[in-house]
Amino acid sequence: MRYAEMGYHLEVDLATGNIERVETDPKITELHLGGLGTSVKIHWDRVPPETKPFDPENLLVFSTGLFNGTPAFSANRTVVTFVSPQSELLAYPMMGGFWSAELKYAGYDKVIFKNKSPKWVYLWIKDDHVELRDASHLKGTGALEVQDLIRGELHEPDAQVAAIGLAGENRCFTASIEQSRSSSSRLGGGAIMGDKKLKAVAVRGTKDVQLARGDEFMKHMKDVMGYINFRNSNPIPDVMTIMSGIGSPQEMVHTDEKWHSESFSWGNARTRRKNFWTKEIEESWTSTQHAAIKRLISCFNCPQHCGALISYKDVPRYMMKCFSKLTYAMAANVDDLGFSFRTVQRAQEYGVDGFSTPQILAFAIELKEAGILTDKDFEGAPPDKEGRFIWLLDRLVRREGIGDVLADGTYWAAKKIGNGAEEFAHNLIKKHEQLPIKLSMLDPLYFLMYSTNEKISITQIEGNWPQAAFATREQRERFVKEWPQLPDEKFKQYLLDWEPRGEKGIPYFPTPDMCCEIVDWMEMLHNIDDALGVCAGMASFCLKPPYHINNYPQLISAATGMDVDRDELKRKVNRSRNLHRAFNNRRGMARADEKPPKDHWKNRFPELEENLLTTYYRYKGWNDNGIPTRKRLEELDLGYVADDLEKRGVLTNGHG
Amino acid sequence: MATVKKRIRTIKVDADKCNGCRGCEVICSAIHAQPKYSSVNPARSRIRVITHRLQDIWLPVFAGEYARSECAGREVYTIAGKQYDECGFCRASCPSRGLFKEPDSGLPLKCDMCEGEDRPQCVEWCLSHVLTYEEREEEVEEEAEKLEDLQIGLEALADKFGVEKVKDAMARLSRSE
Repeated sequence: MRYAEMGYHLEVDLATGNIERVETDPKITELHLGGLGTSVKIHWDRVPPETKPFDPENLLVFSTGLFNGTPAFSANRTVVTFVSPQSELLAYPMMGGFWSAELKYAGYDKVIFKNKSPKWVYLWIKDDHVELRDASHLKGTGALEVQDLIRGELHEPDAQVAAIGLAGENRCFTASIEQSRSSSSRLGGGAIMGDKKLKAVAVRGTKDVQLARGDEFMKHMKDVMGYINFRNSNPIPDVMTIMSGIGSPQEMVHTDEKWHSESFSWGNARTRRKNFWTKEIEESWTSTQHAAIKRLISCFNCPQHCGALISYKDVPRYMMKCFSKLTYAMAANVDDLGFSFRTVQRAQEYGVDGFSTPQILAFAIELKEAGILTDKDFEGAPPDKEGRFIWLLDRLVRREGIGDVLADGTYWAAKKIGNGAEEFAHNLIKKHEQLPIKLSMLDPLYFLMYSTNEKISITQIEGNWPQAAFATREQRERFVKEWPQLPDEKFKQYLLDWEPRGEKGIPYFPTPDMCCEIVDWMEMLHNIDDALGVCAGMASFCLKPPYHINNYPQLISAATGMDVDRDELKRKVNRSRNLHRAFNNRRGMARADEKPPKDHWKNRFPELEENLLTTYYRYKGWNDNGIPTRKRLEELDLGYVADDLEKRGVLTNGHG
Repeated sequence: MATVKKRIRTIKVDADKCNGCRGCEVICSAIHAQPKYSSVNPARSRIRVITHRLQDIWLPVFAGEYARSECAGREVYTIAGKQYDECGFCRASCPSRGLFKEPDSGLPLKCDMCEGEDRPQCVEWCLSHVLTYEEREEEVEEEAEKLEDLQIGLEALADKFGVEKVKDAMARLSRSE
């Protein structure tokens, strides 16, 4: 009997149409848990570093996590892994929604796609019945629209469908995979699906997910439920509204956007508008939002309300979540929030990443204003900024004209355009567009998170540690008073000593040693969430979350029957973290790539930054080039990885 | 006929508050697993959230009586501009649909209000406060004894396979015990 996991993968060869149900080795679960952890292992074993993103050998893996389908609240993430066309590294954008639990109930932990289909297909999984079905009639349909079309033609109203739109079909590098109210957006999973001519994956399951010690598991879950109720009725004081609760940022609930609209940059991550949030704007945005939101909704088995059904004027209905509410309006420099509610529907049907895409469009506008792109590139574009923005989006997803160049994202587009365009692709880490935020003083914690994490997207690395120091000692004391989520009591002192400015403020405090410990804690928790399929909004991505390092081991032990303590849990995710890094190192990633955008902070400290990076690498057991040492790898039972890295010359004499 | 006091147990459903998470289905199937909490499978749940996301329909429906035949006709309700499917509000486990049947055996499922627990667990675990449990006593006329789960199941099997086949299978089972 397998507990929490189903013990089977689906292996789909799109070239031949061969589908196999393959039993998995429980030892791999013991070593790598599940979700991202076990997926990384598959990519390491089967995707050699020579593989290019659009090679048939680039595997596309849809994975559940260990807790999907169990009664664990908010365990609903699907992890999609592939070599990204944008970063050319192993990407793992995740989505919430309902798909992963359904796959578990159908009897599988992962679906692994290899090779390319000669014609458009979708995969239909209903328990033991699995078939590739013709999708030629669905080509060109929207990523949301097609989900209902597939449910209709299968006569399966309860099927959950993950699908691509036009952007994925046309291999746009920022194409997303959409599903219900969620999307797996970052780094171009939709492009890989499109390249494989896979329009959608539909699933319906009616099997049992077993728990090893169900009674014990539910006893712990009752405590988690109690804490969720407590946190929902006791927001954290002294922090911004958006940081005070649990769940993903409650963008559909809250209307106060003073912080986002004034602290984040408009246009191509370019201009801060420090006095934007006037009384008139507040009234207009609040009434627009209330008029647009029909109902607040959640993902599978989650009590929060991070998403919403949107019914805005004559725009066809769709579902929205999180920060996409602002990205299009801000990138287009449009003050009307209605522009976002209108544009996101179109963008979602096209299936594009709501962070990167608006920046790419704003980048094109900047290039036009700078004379690098010409009237000819914009031939046919409407004169108004709203219309021009939509026109560019339409071109991008169809790869028409200038859209064909923009569809590869700002890094690759700038290279193609040349003539100084590279300077305008300024908001990148590892070739990937980042949050449009530009700040004053270097933050050593964020410097490390931005630079070193395999996620490459900051939004899902940070979390348990406050984003900024509290202004007063009294506030700090209030915050540390009840903090059961801590891995070590010493963090309380770090926080008490941390001041907004001066000697005990950024960039020199927390010290590099403290920063390593704090960052290591946060990324560890993200890695656990990503192995379990738990939404980061209920664990690693928020302050004082319901799930943490002090209750996860008991939950994992009761669910799986493996006896896992804190140290062992940390070791398991550390193993996967190092394997992921080694995969990327093997593809060429090293220290030189580990840097935030040049203009991310106005005040930079090159010597301190180098010191931070070196200190962190040593803390992690990596050499000064950011590559795990043989010693570190062997401690994590990854001696075979050291052998491989040495054979390829990535590590030399264990030092690199 | 004599009257008796009857405990009426009601779950009020405020569908407007439903966020569509289906946590009720999860906990229902977990608590009815044998042994309790040993497994989860919403397809075995005695509460299901009928969902049409873009139509703004999230409707928790509880499993009611087993019905051996389909209705003669179907109704479609439109309420406040939302069109509810044929059978949308119906609680029956019946031949016309897959709802409220054990996925492997096809046996009917029926909400038992979590007999043995303080109150129904779907109510306990719905943190969006969609479900409210109420109890009251009413004087009612004495009625004939209700069918036990086992008898309902046997009746369903007899309907599906015929009494003779069920009897044969029972005889075989008894011999192999």
